[in-house]
Formats: sequence, C-alpha cells, structure tokens
Amino acid sequence: MLRNSGGIKTKANRIRGSRLGISCNELKDHFVMTNSIKPPKRYDVVIIGAGATGAGTARDCAMRGLKVLLVERLDFTAGATGRNHGLLHSGARYAVTDGESATECIKENMTLRRIAAHCVEETGGLFVTLPEDSLEYQKTFVESCQRAGINAEVIDPAEALRMEPAVNPDIIGAVKVPDGAVDPFRLTTANALAARQNGADILTYHEVVDFIRSGNRICGVVLRDHHTGELTRVECDIVVNAAGIWGQRIVEMAGAKINMFPAKGALLIFGHRVNNVVINRCRKPADADILVPGDTISLIGTTSSRIPYDQIDNMTVTPEEVDVLLREGIKIAPALAYTRILRAYAGVRPLIASDDDPSGRSISRGIVCLDHAVRDGIEGFVTISGGKLMTYRLMAEWAADMVCKKLGIEGKKCQTAEIPLPGSESKEEGDAHSRKHHIIDMSTDQKAAEGRHGTLSSEIATSDVDDALVCECEAVSVGEVNFAIDKLHVNNLINLRRRTRMGMGTCQGGLCACRAASILGDRLNCQQKALYDLASFVNERWKGMKPVAWGQTLVEAQFTSWLYEGMCGLDRYQHNEQGNNQ
Amino acid sequence: MEYQVKNISANDFEQCIKCTICTVYCPVAAVNTAYPGPKQAGPDGERYRLKNPDFYNNALKYCLNCKRCEVSCPNNVRIGDIIQTARIRYDKSSPKLRDRLLASTDFMGSCATKMAPVVNLMLGLAPVKATMHGVLGIDKHRTFPKYSGKTFEKWMRTKAPDQSGFKNNVAYFHGCYVNYNYPQLGKDLVTVLNAVGYGVHLLEKERCCGVAKISNRLIDSAKADAELNIASIRKAVNQGMPVIGASSTCIFTMRDEYPHLLGVDNADVRDSISLATVFLYNLIDSGKIKLAFKPGFHTRVTYHTPCHMQKLGWGIYSSSLIRMIPGVEFEPIDSLCCGIAGTYGFKKENYPYSQAIGKELFDQIARAGVDYVVTDCETCKWQIEMSTGMRVLNPISLLAMALDVEATKKLNNVH
Repeated sequence: MLRNSGGIKTKANRIRGSRLGISCNELKDHFVMTNSIKPPKRYDVVIIGAGATGAGTARDCAMRGLKVLLVERLDFTAGATGRNHGLLHSGARYAVTDGESATECIKENMTLRRIAAHCVEETGGLFVTLPEDSLEYQKTFVESCQRAGINAEVIDPAEALRMEPAVNPDIIGAVKVPDGAVDPFRLTTANALAARQNGADILTYHEVVDFIRSGNRICGVVLRDHHTGELTRVECDIVVNAAGIWGQRIVEMAGAKINMFPAKGALLIFGHRVNNVVINRCRKPADADILVPGDTISLIGTTSSRIPYDQIDNMTVTPEEVDVLLREGIKIAPALAYTRILRAYAGVRPLIASDDDPSGRSISRGIVCLDHAVRDGIEGFVTISGGKLMTYRLMAEWAADMVCKKLGIEGKKCQTAEIPLPGSESKEEGDAHSRKHHIIDMSTDQKAAEGRHGTLSSEIATSDVDDALVCECEAVSVGEVNFAIDKLHVNNLINLRRRTRMGMGTCQGGLCACRAASILGDRLNCQQKALYDLASFVNERWKGMKPVAWGQTLVEAQFTSWLYEGMCGLDRYQHNEQGNNQ
Repeated sequence: MEYQVKNISANDFEQCIKCTICTVYCPVAAVNTAYPGPKQAGPDGERYRLKNPDFYNNALKYCLNCKRCEVSCPNNVRIGDIIQTARIRYDKSSPKLRDRLLASTDFMGSCATKMAPVVNLMLGLAPVKATMHGVLGIDKHRTFPKYSGKTFEKWMRTKAPDQSGFKNNVAYFHGCYVNYNYPQLGKDLVTVLNAVGYGVHLLEKERCCGVAKISNRLIDSAKADAELNIASIRKAVNQGMPVIGASSTCIFTMRDEYPHLLGVDNADVRDSISLATVFLYNLIDSGKIKLAFKPGFHTRVTYHTPCHMQKLGWGIYSSSLIRMIPGVEFEPIDSLCCGIAGTYGFKKENYPYSQAIGKELFDQIARAGVDYVVTDCETCKWQIEMSTGMRVLNPISLLAMALDVEATKKLNNVH
C-alpha cells in the first residue's frame, strides 16, 4: 500500500502531535506524517482543502495556537493552486480593471519575497505594447498602477529588448513592473510544513463526505479515506471551507448555497526557459498575454472560458485552446513559434458571485470570506474563497481572524507576514560568501535542490547512492526523493512530482518515473502497488502531452511507450484507482 | 503564419529525447564518476544554465570533446558543442598558466625548434618532469613529442621551385605537429602527392587550427587564428587549390568547430577542406590517379580510428586506402577513444582517466600482433606509442613507405 503505514518508522511517529515547547529546529527533524490520525480526535478548527489558501489558513491558525486539522481529498495543490501561471503578480495585470486586487497583490508580492524567498524568483516583469495594440492603453495602465502603489516605469522598447531578448523586437512600448515567478507547489508545501511545525495535523486523500451537526451548528466532519474507504469522524468547533471551486459543493452539503462560476484557463509549458523576465501584453486582459519563466521552463497562458459546474473535474485542453495560446503567444515572444512544447494543462478559476447581487450574475474578483452563521444561520462554518494565489496569505489571515473572532479568542495577532516559511529562513552571511566560492563545484542536483527546498535542502542526505539521480531532466537525486518521502508528505509518484519536480522535465517521466517508483515501493513496502502507481503516473503525463503531441514531444511519448509498454509490459498494471489519478 | 513546424534550439539541445545512448558511448563517464556524462552535462544541464548561469558546473571540464556522444545520438543533438559552449560561456575563471602553455602550440613550437636538442633532452629528464608535474600540473608520466631542429615550413620553402611545374595543385595545411615536431610526415605527403602529379603549396599564412586553445578556453586567441586560417584557405581555394591536411583533428576543427564554437564562418570553403587520405582515395576511386607499390613490400598493420575521424565519418577512407596496398596485412580493431584528447591527457588531474579510457584500445592493439598501428591523429600516435610501445604511423607515411615512386610517376605521366 502506498501509504506511510508502517513503512517508515522514525522517532517522529512517536512524538507526533507534540507541538509547543519544542524549538523549530527540533521540529524540523520530525516532520514525518503518518497519513492518519487516531480517532476520536478533537480540533479547534478543521480546514477543508490543501491548496495555497487552505494550507495558509492552517499555518495561520496553528501559529495562533489553535489545534488544527487540514484535510484534502487528493493532494496538496491538486486544484487551481497547482494549475496556473506561477506568476508573482505585481498587481499590474489588475490595475486598470480592479484597483483593489492590484493593491492587495503588490502588498502580498512584497511580503512573499520576504517570507517565501525560496519559492519566489525575482525576475522582474515587462508590459509590452505590440504594433497592433494602442499606446493609449499604456497611459491608462501606468496611471492605474501608480494609483495602486505599483512601481511601473515606462522604458524604451530597445531597453526592454536588452532586459529580455526574447521579446518581440517590433514592440512600440514597454513598461517595467515588479512581477516575478512563484512556485505554487513549494509555497503550499512550505505553508503545510509551517502548520505542522506549529502542531497542525494534515490528512491528504481524505474527503469530507458529511458534517457532524448539532441543531444549526456544525461541530465536525466525516472523512472518507480514499485509500481504504474507511470513514472517520472528527469533531471540531469550526470548519473552514477553503476548497476553491469545490467549495460550492461543501456549502451545499452544509445546507446553504453559493454561486460559483468555473472559468477554465489553459496553459502551455515550453521545454526550457525562453525568457528570464515575465512578459505581459499591455492591453485589456485577454487570451495568452502572459509568458512566465517558471523554474526550468516557460509558460504561456491563459485562455478563459466558462464551463458548466459539473465539468470541473474534467479538464482537457482542446486543439482550439492550444492554437490560440500559440498564435497569441508568438506575438509577444516569437521564439514560441519553434520552441519545443512539453505539455498543456488547464485549471479552473473559482470565481464567486457577489452576495449583494440578487441575480447571482455579478462576479466578485476579490476575496470573499463568509460567516455562514450571519449569512445562512449555520454556526461553526466559514467559507474563504475568491482571491488569487497571490493573495492566499491575506485570505488565510481573513479566515483565521474570523475563526478567532468566532471562538472568542482575542489578542492572537497574525504573524504570517513576518515569520519566514520553512526553507526561507535567511542564511548567515558567511554562508553566502563561501557558497559563492564553491558554487562552481556544486553539482546541478545540489543547486537545484537548494532552489527547491531552500534551507531545508541541508537535510538531504549525500552519499554515493544518495547523489545518484532519479530524475535527470530536473536533477532530483535519490537523497532528495528520500527527503521528500520522509518529510514532505509523499504517498505516490504524483505527490513526489509536486514536491520535487521529478517527472516535470523534458522526458516527462520517461526515465525517472520507474526509478522513483522503485524507491517508493521499497520505502512503502509494496512493489506491486508501486507498479500501479507507475502506470497511473505515466498516463497522467501522457494526458498533458497529448494536446501538443507533435515533433520531439511525440517522439518522446513514443519512446516512453516503447520503454514502459513494449519492454516492461506496464500496460498490465493500468487501472482506474480513485485518488491516485490526480 | 506557420508555427511549431520545426523545433529550433541552440545546438539542437531540445531534440534530445533522453535515450541516454550518448552516456553509454562516453569514454569519460565509463571511467570517471565525477563526470555526469554527456546527457546530463549537455542537454539536461543546458536547461538549468538557461535558467541561471550559476548552474554551470566544474565537472564539465572532464569532457574530452571526443564527440563520440554526437556520433551516437539518434537525433543529431550537438552534445559536445553544448558542453564546449557552456565551458566557454560560463566558466569565468582565467585559464591556468599550464593550460596556456599547452594550448599555445605555435608559440611553444617556434621557441623550442630554435634549440631543439636542448629542449628534447630537458623534457626527457626525470627532475624536469617532476618539476612540471608539481609546479605546472603536467603529468610526469607523459612523453613529450620531440621537437625538430628545422621547421617543415622552412624545408618547404627550399622546395618551392620543385612544386611549380604541376598541372594539379593542392594547398597543404600541415599543422603544428608536422611543422615543429615531425616534418617527415609533411615530406612524405609531398612525395606521395608529387608522385601522382600534384604540386604541394603552403598556405599564405598558417596558424594552429585552434583545437587546443578551444579546449583550454583561450577563445579570443583561437578565433584570431581561425580567422587567419580561413582567410588563407579562402585565397588558396580561389586560386583553384583544394586544401588538405594529414591530421584529422585539425581538419575536423576547421570544418566543423569554427562556425559553432568560434563564430567563424567557413561555409564557402568548408567543402574544399579535406583530409589527405580522403582526397587520395577519391582520386583513386574515380580513376584519376594510379598507385604503384614496391614489390616485396610486406607489413602487418591495424588502423586506429581517432574520435574526430569517427565524427567525420571518414575512418573508412583511411582504412580502405591502407588496404589497397598489396603487401599490407590488415587486422581490424574496434573504434575506441585512446584517452589523450590533445592537451587533456597531459594534465595531471586527467592522466589516470586518460590511461583508463585508453586501456581497452591498448589491449586490442596488443592482441592484434601488428608491425605498425596506423592512425590519422598525432596525439593518438603519442598516446599509443607511449602506452603500448608500438610504432604508430600516419597512413600517408605508410603509403610513402610502400610506394614505388618512380613507377607511380610513370603511371600518372609525371616527369
């Protein structure tokens, strides 16, 4: 079984749950999660959904001393958090249409640079005006940015080309903004780690299937374990619904109603860095107008189309979407016309109807924090929704504030904007100096792991075996895989991919997935289960390659299929296992 | 507008489908675990270096630029070029004195020939070797090629009048080794070509092809030499003379490394630059020349395919030419790297790997039981001579040994 059920026996299992009175450093060594809790268990607050918002809310509540359980039906970042641009918005994108969001963004942008340094890359950003767009918009844009407090500086197009040679050389205008790149997987994991450091429990692959009620009060949840099918009752004082687009169902389950409007956004991942500076198209937000350099790749997106609510679990990218992304993307960076595309994916924006609009058609772009006691007469139930990845921390702060207010807790200030996330603690100066000296001798995987895990990378074991690479494209070592299994809540290969980038590179799992499956099978004591997991992982990779399966990407997919089907006979191990597919 | 018709990337690194065949064929990865192998050092590493040049890693210096990775690649990824380009672009350290000395073949050669006997004696002395080992980092086990007291160029100038009467003419890129160390090979080439009716001429100016400077990252200097060479070659070609050489690496570098690594455009003359054996083989094959050999000539040889010959795909010309000689008994061996890779194997830190790489080749040579090893590369020659004790000849020298010059002249109507 691919669960931490007995495979990993460490001291941490015995001391799990101890929280106050242990220093952070001690706790760092004891991150191991068993993906189960011992019922009956009581919590102050249960948070539903381990996207950025849910993990952030868990961190905030736990840092305020609450006893927290974070539950997730699949894995961290399985929803919209893991399916977006990974853009550290300066807010400039929203400045013209939504000044309030823009102001929130730039503030959170600066906060994240401080508290989540290892998840953020300070690339800078450009808003470029194409010959077919009007320079009039640039004027409005710059004024709006200034109003929102965003440092937007008009620069010469030639200067923009020097900053970022991938920009279309025909641009007629350029504005420099403090955009950047943020890795949503790392960010969410770091928030979950911080929550755990502060005593929170976390359950993934556990779905809330019912509420425990007492009159008009919600006083707990019923969880179904996706792997075993077992039901567990967990009591709590407050439930926070941070389930994103799936939050509508949670609210319905509680007996109330909110209107969400799923908007699908598709993106393309290019094989390597085309640009090292974020490139935005300076026009009213439209399709394919942002090109973000994210870790080893570049991302163009997005499209935007309303989809029926019953389609939210059924995301495929259409040929039309691929076509529009390429056609428009090429206009801002001509190299996209001939750069290898690794995969396509789509996410759902959880847009929510404004409560003050009786028709339910007016959409709020901002943060929506609902106390269902006030709104619907349901006690002990809070929904946090709307917002953006960029404002996840602020959303968490609002939600935690509301939880504290409802619990009657006073004087517990939010500290999430000041205390760095695990991995982003600042290094001593001596370190930085000697690092500069030795960087040329460090291997690619050492440097890559440091980028992925920040200061936590010092916990990755090194030895002849540990230094061997599992994933060569993304330079993930055996040591890093073991570190992720031990400390980052990994049950299967997809979890491992989100924690380490294993399988996210050029070969899309062609070489690394079987190595990782072997380690995971060993560590979790079941090679048979690992084979099914491997088959499901390889299929999931193919799903993303299929919409762009031409050229080398098609050759790559064919090669992978020869290896896994032709040589290893992996097709015998395909089955549709709930919970491992996403 | 058409898009996504073809994937384009620097040195085609995005054509890599991660099959890892290159690493299987890499002679360094097989013996040195500190080297990540061509796939990881090349296309894999390139993605990280594009993200941030800090991802450049010192282990790339272990690449001996043999290009066997490129030969094995089913997708024509220029893996060796990716690695060499990364070394040039991202290694900001200044090349060591040792590397500068080893790479400056023209400078060292012109100094050494002036007092060749002294230099040759000194370079053979144990205390001198120990000092070079300790102070400079040039491995004490290495045998240096002997310097000649008179350069080939000097000899050739005295022979210039003899070369004027031919209907057909070639320009000869002799290379540093022939010029400073082993003029006999150049003389052999002149003998053979004259016998089949070709006059041999020096280029107007010639400098080192630059391979040693490229691998030691002395790029500005290599580029200046390359530009001068290509200008001279262009002049010769414009006068109707093809340019030939007897050293496979010099020819490979001028044809295939100048544009990618040095940014020197050679497109107009590239096809006119050829190896002497290829040139002769084609003349024989098309019936334009005929060779006559000494009766009673007999020897048993094998042919070692230098890595750059493998990359050029020309090994078959040289071995076929050798096998045309009636008295030659030919014993084939596998195409394997000898491990020296020019200046690479002279460096103290590389010496053990260099010998480990060559071991399989040395064993095969020993088992072949031949009189001579024939090869087109002079550094392979040094390595094999030092490591096996066998005598190593260039195919042109073997040809000169076996050729009945007067009979050949007659066959080709040369007077």
